[in-house]
Amino acid sequence: MNARPTTLFEKVWEQHVVRREEGRPDLIYIDLHLVHEVTSPQAFAGLNTAGRAVRRPERTLATVDHNVPTTHRSLPVADPVATRQIEALRENAAEHGITLYDMGHERQGIVHVIGPELGATQPGMTIVCGDSHTSTHGAFGAIAFGIGTSQVEHVLATQCLLMERPRSMEVRYRGRLGPGLTAKDLILHTIGRIGVAGGAGHVLEYRGEAIRALSMEGRMTVCNMSIEAGARAGMIAPDQTTFEYLRGRPRAPAGEAFDEAVARWSTLGTDPGARFDRVVEVDLAGLEPQVTWGTNPGMVVPVSGRVPDPADLADPDNRATAERALSYMGLEPGTPMQDIELDRVFIGSCTNSRIEDLREAARVARGGKVSTRVHALVVPGSTAVKAAAEAEGLDRVFRDAGFEWRESGCSMCLGMNDDIAGPGERCASTSNRNFEGRQGRGARTHLVSPAMAAAAAVTGRFTDVRSQA
Amino acid sequence: MSTTTHAIQPLRRVEGIVAPLDRADVDTDQIIPKQFLKRVERAGYGQFLFNDWRFRPDGSPRADFVLNQPGYAGAAILAAGRNFGCGSSREHAAWSIADYGFRVVIAPSFADIFQANCYQNGILPLALPEDEVARVLGRAAAHPGYALTVDLEACTVADAAGWRLGFEIDDFRRRCLLEGLDDIGLTLQYESEITRFETR
Ligand code: SF4
Repeated sequence: MNARPTTLFEKVWEQHVVRREEGRPDLIYIDLHLVHEVTSPQAFAGLNTAGRAVRRPERTLATVDHNVPTTHRSLPVADPVATRQIEALRENAAEHGITLYDMGHERQGIVHVIGPELGATQPGMTIVCGDSHTSTHGAFGAIAFGIGTSQVEHVLATQCLLMERPRSMEVRYRGRLGPGLTAKDLILHTIGRIGVAGGAGHVLEYRGEAIRALSMEGRMTVCNMSIEAGARAGMIAPDQTTFEYLRGRPRAPAGEAFDEAVARWSTLGTDPGARFDRVVEVDLAGLEPQVTWGTNPGMVVPVSGRVPDPADLADPDNRATAERALSYMGLEPGTPMQDIELDRVFIGSCTNSRIEDLREAARVARGGKVSTRVHALVVPGSTAVKAAAEAEGLDRVFRDAGFEWRESGCSMCLGMNDDIAGPGERCASTSNRNFEGRQGRGARTHLVSPAMAAAAAVTGRFTDVRSQA
Repeated sequence: MSTTTHAIQPLRRVEGIVAPLDRADVDTDQIIPKQFLKRVERAGYGQFLFNDWRFRPDGSPRADFVLNQPGYAGAAILAAGRNFGCGSSREHAAWSIADYGFRVVIAPSFADIFQANCYQNGILPLALPEDEVARVLGRAAAHPGYALTVDLEACTVADAAGWRLGFEIDDFRRRCLLEGLDDIGLTLQYESEITRFETR
């Protein structure tokens, strides 16, 4: 009873240690393994060659998202190489008895959208996927992180991973989000503060009043981008908001089992007095909507700000990086962000494509018209989100305003299908990475919240969404 | 011991030319762009390494990119700025680096997932102090063909001019690299413990 106070992360990790030996990484058990078409074929091939089975198919869930076209689902996928990958996943799922939410299935969607939506993602779990944004699931108080394909094979074969226990880091927010501000602004600001490697080797726990006030969708947006701060994972302690979100979901416990689970989940939060290896405080006072200006998510300024001048940076490496970024982005130092004109707007991705994100964007888009210079795309995160949005009439709002309304998938977040921006085109995007070439070779990405993206679509430039309301 | 399709080549001592890539925060989207992730094979990615920096859109090589300069042909060691390999978890990044012929990447720091992927593929992600990396980058840029010897048994890195530095590396990962062990083979030895965990 007088146990040492521990953190959320420590509790969940320690509950999953299968084997611990001095001088070796821990062998930890994985509760849920999410699989998609791009990072799994080589893992299954390895498994099949070695003649091994998937150890726990019922703890493994698969979907197709990265490669799938978002236009017509009835047509065959035009790209033969992508088709092979999708077919490989079909064969592997069938052979190993893994549930696959395939194209055309009402539960298909971006892997990090459907896990929570199904109630498969639950507090206290360990969750992995061959995708760095697996950190999204940490919003439920799970330890969730991305792994490479060799580790995917490892988990398929053993349901475990060999891993050094990461350190813990508290991100403590002071203050609350003001009107018109979103989880996206909070996390972009945080990455700007701590840097793109600021969380390296650590699992972050986001804490404070502002986090408690967020919906599950908002919490997922925050945890999703933990990897953009270099963190191994990000977590938020489960609370009533979490439990209400999970109640009644297809894979969540039901009835008495649900109440028992809630009792168990309620003990997971960080104990008062528990120590983190590192603590950073982030003050939200005066926070504005955020817009990135460069080629990594830490290169971010408030919308009222200007493109920074690399000459102001003391560190020569940072200066060189900023100069390269500006030249790629085609921007001049000192340009007001609100003067930057856009060619494209993308609302989607595992960061911001859930129903609440679409509602926020639709609220801004309603009654407006997409600027004639802008090509705007809305891609729901899952087939279920799409259906829910259509039931609320959001598709009409977007279409009437001149947005394209698509089928679900990763789409222009990474442009593996046909949804890409052209060389030199400038895109306001609700996704998570503004890396060079991410949305198409030579394409220039600016990360923003869904509301900011919708406002930018209408005005054709970055606009403080708070002045639109 | 190796039980997967990809035997891991043991890494004890690497003597080779250093290719300098003096950039910080090199993300895996740059190491291998998404259009090359559609294949279902594990081999053959070296030709796509740093594609958008290495080649023009028409496929012709950019003379100003380090890997296209004759002095760095056959380089076995890649040196780069801090936070190398950030971003996407794609193991294709490690595969393309290995397939190109690199066995060692030297940088002040590495992103976590990339580092794990290197270990799974017999690549040594060697973190050295920032000023030492700057020195290596400077030498390699000024003298194409500049070579280093990385000795994983002794945990030293040295050049022919007498510069020599000891380094630290996690002992478990060091042993795995030295012997070419893969994680699956190791974990399968603990089958009964996993079963016990599952049924407790
Ligand atoms: S939406 Fe983007 S970041 Fe998310 S899983 Fe798909 S490609 Fe990755």
